[in-house]
Amino acid sequence: MSAVVALENVSVKRGADVVLEQIGFAVEPGQFVGICGPNGAGKTTLLKAILGLVPIDAGTITVLGAPAGENARRGIGYVPQRHAFPESFPATALDVVLLGRLAGGFALRASKADRTAALEALARVGIAEHAQRPVGELSGGLQRRVTLAQAICASRSLLVLDEPTIGLDLPAEHEFYALLRTLQRELGLAVLAVSHDLVALAGQADQLVCINKRMHVHGRPDEVVHSHALKAAYACEFDFLAGELDHHGRHGPGH
Amino acid sequence: MLEYAFMQRAFIAAAAVGVVCGVLGFFVVLRRLAFIGVGISHSALGGVALGLVLGISPLLTGGAFALVVALGIALAGQRSGLGRDTVIGVFFSGSMALGVVLASLEHGAQQELFGYLFGNVLAVTDAELALLLAGGALVVAALFALLRPQLFLAFDEEIARAYGQRAQLLDMALLALLAATIVIGVRLVGVLLIEALLVVPAATAALLARHYRAQLALSVTLALAAALGGLALAWRLDVAPGGMVALSSVVLFFVAFGVRGRRA
Repeated sequence: MSAVVALENVSVKRGADVVLEQIGFAVEPGQFVGICGPNGAGKTTLLKAILGLVPIDAGTITVLGAPAGENARRGIGYVPQRHAFPESFPATALDVVLLGRLAGGFALRASKADRTAALEALARVGIAEHAQRPVGELSGGLQRRVTLAQAICASRSLLVLDEPTIGLDLPAEHEFYALLRTLQRELGLAVLAVSHDLVALAGQADQLVCINKRMHVHGRPDEVVHSHALKAAYACEFDFLAGELDHHGRHGPGH
Repeated sequence: MLEYAFMQRAFIAAAAVGVVCGVLGFFVVLRRLAFIGVGISHSALGGVALGLVLGISPLLTGGAFALVVALGIALAGQRSGLGRDTVIGVFFSGSMALGVVLASLEHGAQQELFGYLFGNVLAVTDAELALLLAGGALVVAALFALLRPQLFLAFDEEIARAYGQRAQLLDMALLALLAATIVIGVRLVGVLLIEALLVVPAATAALLARHYRAQLALSVTLALAAALGGLALAWRLDVAPGGMVALSSVVLFFVAFGVRGRRA
């Protein structure tokens, strides 16, 4: 089966500055790939390049069999970085989930099939009872679930998440990742998540990609956290991290 | 008052302008484009004066000018890196100044220009009315087609783009429709007062309703009430219709503000 996302020798420049250089990895169907790296490593730029929102200067990015860009975007479910919706935004959680299925179209009203899919997505993320509430009135945690519901309603192939647990406390973070794992398993989704939280990501991902402008290491989390390349990427020692992971095992405490 | 043909035309024009401004106003408030609305409407003055000097339809030249300025603001805002509000200031003052200079060239143009500044709905001709109704219908149809994509952009532009919405194209389309609406509304309230129908009814609706569909319906109802009520009051009190329509719209806003304050 072909990869859901494939990057080959991808480079991105911003003016004269190199933001990303020679990045190459693949996300296979049903796989959870985590992208980690220090602040300013180009993680978010990499996600945006995969979404086709940032142009690449060299290399190729293939998403769901098509070059990254407008058409490929329509098959991706996207969960942005922590996001507070305006309190007065005049739409319900259900309306927001349904917007993800517009896909560049102009439908004045959502179809019955879209509504059914959106309600199912809200139920899958555990917020069915909030479907008709104004989205701006929901708590930060619930709003994040709304964007997750929007993502799984828009795509049944690939979820792309940017710092999905930033701002959550530890129990909420574990709960979010557990939900993500359940969705991934039940829907057969490939997941690509960016996080600065190496411990959390290493506990969840099937594969880790560590970047700091260049790709330093790519492999299973236990291989990555014990590698010297990780130290090079972060320019610091990570012995404590290896210990942390050995202590908790994969998928965090309680798993 | 409805026994006069010019009043019948004025009421039909007021109703049409009320509906178009009520619908578009919802988008202007949703996308936070109130200031760009002021910029484009005031810019139309340069085009109107050009029409007066050249002896061609000031509505046509005003519309073309507003459209060019709308697209200019969109492009310059994106490419200059200065931000839209700054660019609006440049276009706004430039086109107003052009209007004043051009009007001073043509003797007697100032008087006619006054009608375009504050509206002159009683002078609407049959041909203008037909144009206004046809243009209004097209603008409203286009806006309804853009409703959910625009809602998505208002929600979050980056997420909307990630899901395949063409943000720049949608922006341009909305600004072009804004320019068209200014031309449609200029006869009723004039370029200086059109914001009273473009922003105020939708803002009032946002005070009273939580859901976008209710806000849209309420915005149209309030703009229609202000347009028709203002015109009737102007007739009764023998005052300028454009000013009275704008004033009615603003009074409705403060009534709603008071009602909401008492509810809270």
